[in-house]
Amino acid sequence: MTSIDRSGELLALAERVVAMAGPGEQVEAYVSRGLSTEVRVYEGEVEHFVSAQSEGIGIRVIRGGRTGTSYAGTLDEKIVAEVLAEARDNLGFAEVDEWAGLAEPDGVAVVPQQLWNPDLELTSTSRKIDLAKQLERLTLGRDKRVRVDDANYADSFGEAAVATTTGIRAAGRENGCYVSVGTLADDGDETQTGFGFAVGRTVDELDVERAASDAVDRATRLLGATKPESRRVTVVLDPYVTAQFLGIIGGTLSGDAVARGRSLFAQRLGDEVATPLLTLVDDPTNPLAYTATDIDGEGLAARRNVLIDSGRLDRFVHSSYSARRLGAAPTGNGVRGGYAGSPGAGCLALNVVPGSRSQAEIISGIDDGILVQQVQGLHSGVNAVSGDFSTGAAGLVITNGTLGRPVREFTIASTLQRMLLDIVEIGGDVEWLPMRAAGVSLVIRDVTMSGS
Amino acid sequence: MIDDDVLERVLASALRTGGEFAEVFASDWQGTGVGLDDGRIEQLSTGRSRGAGIRVIRGESTGFAHTADVSEAGLLAAARAAAEAASHGEAGVRTVALVERSTRVVSPVDVDPAKVGKAAKVELLRRVDEAARSAGSAIAQVSAGYSDGRTRILIANSDGLLARDERVRTLMRVSAVANGDTGMQTGFDSVGHTMGFELFDKISVEEVARTAARRALTKLKARPAPSGSLPVVIKAGSGGVLFHEACGHGLEADLVSKGASVYRGKVGELVASPLVTLVDDGTMTHEWGAISIDDEGHPSQYNVLIQDGVLTDYMWDFLRARKEGRPQSGNGRRQSYKDLPMVRMTNTYVLNGQEEPDDIIRDTSHGVYVAHLGGGSVNTATGDFVFGMTEAYMIENGEITEPLREGNLIGNGPQVLRDIDRLGNDFAMGNPGTCGKDGQGVPVGDGQPTLRVASLTVGGTAA
Repeated sequence: MTSIDRSGELLALAERVVAMAGPGEQVEAYVSRGLSTEVRVYEGEVEHFVSAQSEGIGIRVIRGGRTGTSYAGTLDEKIVAEVLAEARDNLGFAEVDEWAGLAEPDGVAVVPQQLWNPDLELTSTSRKIDLAKQLERLTLGRDKRVRVDDANYADSFGEAAVATTTGIRAAGRENGCYVSVGTLADDGDETQTGFGFAVGRTVDELDVERAASDAVDRATRLLGATKPESRRVTVVLDPYVTAQFLGIIGGTLSGDAVARGRSLFAQRLGDEVATPLLTLVDDPTNPLAYTATDIDGEGLAARRNVLIDSGRLDRFVHSSYSARRLGAAPTGNGVRGGYAGSPGAGCLALNVVPGSRSQAEIISGIDDGILVQQVQGLHSGVNAVSGDFSTGAAGLVITNGTLGRPVREFTIASTLQRMLLDIVEIGGDVEWLPMRAAGVSLVIRDVTMSGS
Repeated sequence: MIDDDVLERVLASALRTGGEFAEVFASDWQGTGVGLDDGRIEQLSTGRSRGAGIRVIRGESTGFAHTADVSEAGLLAAARAAAEAASHGEAGVRTVALVERSTRVVSPVDVDPAKVGKAAKVELLRRVDEAARSAGSAIAQVSAGYSDGRTRILIANSDGLLARDERVRTLMRVSAVANGDTGMQTGFDSVGHTMGFELFDKISVEEVARTAARRALTKLKARPAPSGSLPVVIKAGSGGVLFHEACGHGLEADLVSKGASVYRGKVGELVASPLVTLVDDGTMTHEWGAISIDDEGHPSQYNVLIQDGVLTDYMWDFLRARKEGRPQSGNGRRQSYKDLPMVRMTNTYVLNGQEEPDDIIRDTSHGVYVAHLGGGSVNTATGDFVFGMTEAYMIENGEITEPLREGNLIGNGPQVLRDIDRLGNDFAMGNPGTCGKDGQGVPVGDGQPTLRVASLTVGGTAA
């Protein structure tokens, strides 16, 4: 692995771009660069080995309330100059937006995070291949009914810098690795699928055993599943499912959605929008969160924000734009999708303040319910504007406090608004997952289940 | 983009560690995007991306590396990385002589969007905003996007293939929010074709805007969707995604060969209602999934996948076809030079049946009429799929009645294919789509005539 440790170089490039700002111009330059490898193993052999590098720059120019942007997948200085000229030209076609502007330093101190571990760079290619092979072997060894679709190892090393004419100077780097495995379990004519993964900053942190056992459990637990009868039931969402729902709820709390009249919570700051049991926090400064970070996409310090406090809607998350437009304090939630995108407002690391009981204790108190272990089609089944949701699901029946037969091919439906009010218990089983939200068991009453 | 003799040297270098096959895929993309939201043109953005991916195959292993540096030095460095990744074996020397293959152009371009002024693109969205807002006083918000992109592609491989292509795609999308006593509802529509700016001479952007607005307004009066199993009639051009998800993915040879498809070993068998003939057609001029050549340099094809209910063939890329010793089918595609090609669909659609669509509705006493479907997904190993209804109505006593709020439809692919009991004669293509697989998105099209599925699970909240 080529060393990527060239800190300072990217920030210097961003600063050179910013120095070219003309009178009355605000300029932002975001520069990033990354290296990654990916190994896929199938039946004990390397199926592919990908070695990738990417780089790019995105430039925003604002003048007289008009914004123009341009980007390129190269850091070639000749092209960078063209990108700046192009962004300038583009702003002439945008309309005046009185709130247009860049982030400004707001004095909030950065909470340093350990996002880089130099040991990962020392990992040999053969070790990476062996990890994927080991994962495939461990998975196959656990259950005769299980086949492996693919076993993977991947790592990435990224660095980015942002500079603006408003005084933002920020740079950071991050690396990490993961293993993942996709499984198929057969029983007669029936096949079910599963997956497992493990994430770390170094290969030694990867819990390969856990990835293998999760993948086997997920594939085999649904064998023999039937379609349940349609009815209203209490559902227990597995932590992994809860995390996916939290991600969607987080989207409705984006200042961008609020400012543009697209959030179902727009007029509801201060209202009781959820059960008093629920306190929802976005905290990228918590090192346990996989998406922990020290700075946001606009170069402001990332910070802890309580969004829903004991059921009361307390705060939206903001980019500098949405904060300015809504007259709110910045929250350090500028999110950008790489160098090509402009920053929007989004949650960085959501979690729910946990309750006390384990999932098993919770289930023991439920007479008729479903433990939802996976959802399918959440992205197509949730309308984050109206709040209507309907998702395919699979899991286990709960009868008189005991987990029973597996069920699949049914949907659960409600609205996000109702669901937040219908939460009757939050588990104590927080699971930190490699996504923008942590999971926890969540019990929701009176959910419509459509089956046969 | 890159000289032939450079390509030959790069391929030879890629084969130095004993690879049996090497390939250079280079692309040069340039595009423009305009975004309108909240009544104003928020920004105009232009971008470019150029680079090359180099693939080396040795036995069952593939090594791949990519670079944004398309100079000879940059390409040679990527070739070495790919060669190293593919093997730890003996050295060999092979030379490559490239023979350029002419590309039959599937979707000719009249007006290169790169030569159209930015002001004209901005103007389109202003018209969209106005049309959507004047569709009803309840329309509270409109966002719209315009994008165009031109990609020049060059593919060279150690079998001597040298092919070039130029792809131009133009797209406009609009999303409207309606606000009423029952809360907010959304409506969406889009139009996208593999063509240039002449797209807007052929379609009315106002019409697209009004459709999105109407979808949002209609849902203000909608009642909760029913829950449970019901007959579902799907309007022409709105449910092709069902076939894309419910069986298309399961017919991709890479998934089949790993036993991750319910259709494995089923060629020659009746897998669908005899009414169904399903094709994947990369040659469908100007459609969103149309390509002249695939991303491995193979000409696109019209491939029949299911003929009168019988499974006739899977879709193939270079790797899978080579393994089976059979021809490719023009389905080797990738998102960009940064990605390995895989078996992917192009335009996937069901051919016309015989019936008048009105008769199909008239013969349905109690069911759901789906006029627009959103996204979906499928588990190819089980066939279980799910997708969202974004415009739907009840059918009562043979007539379309009340609009329904959003809900998911779920089902099992093989079962649904067998349960298609009526097929209309009003074929239409649907909205442009992006198909995601293994983290890569590629443009695809889909289509079908009006049809009925005897029973599907509708996941609403009403009893």
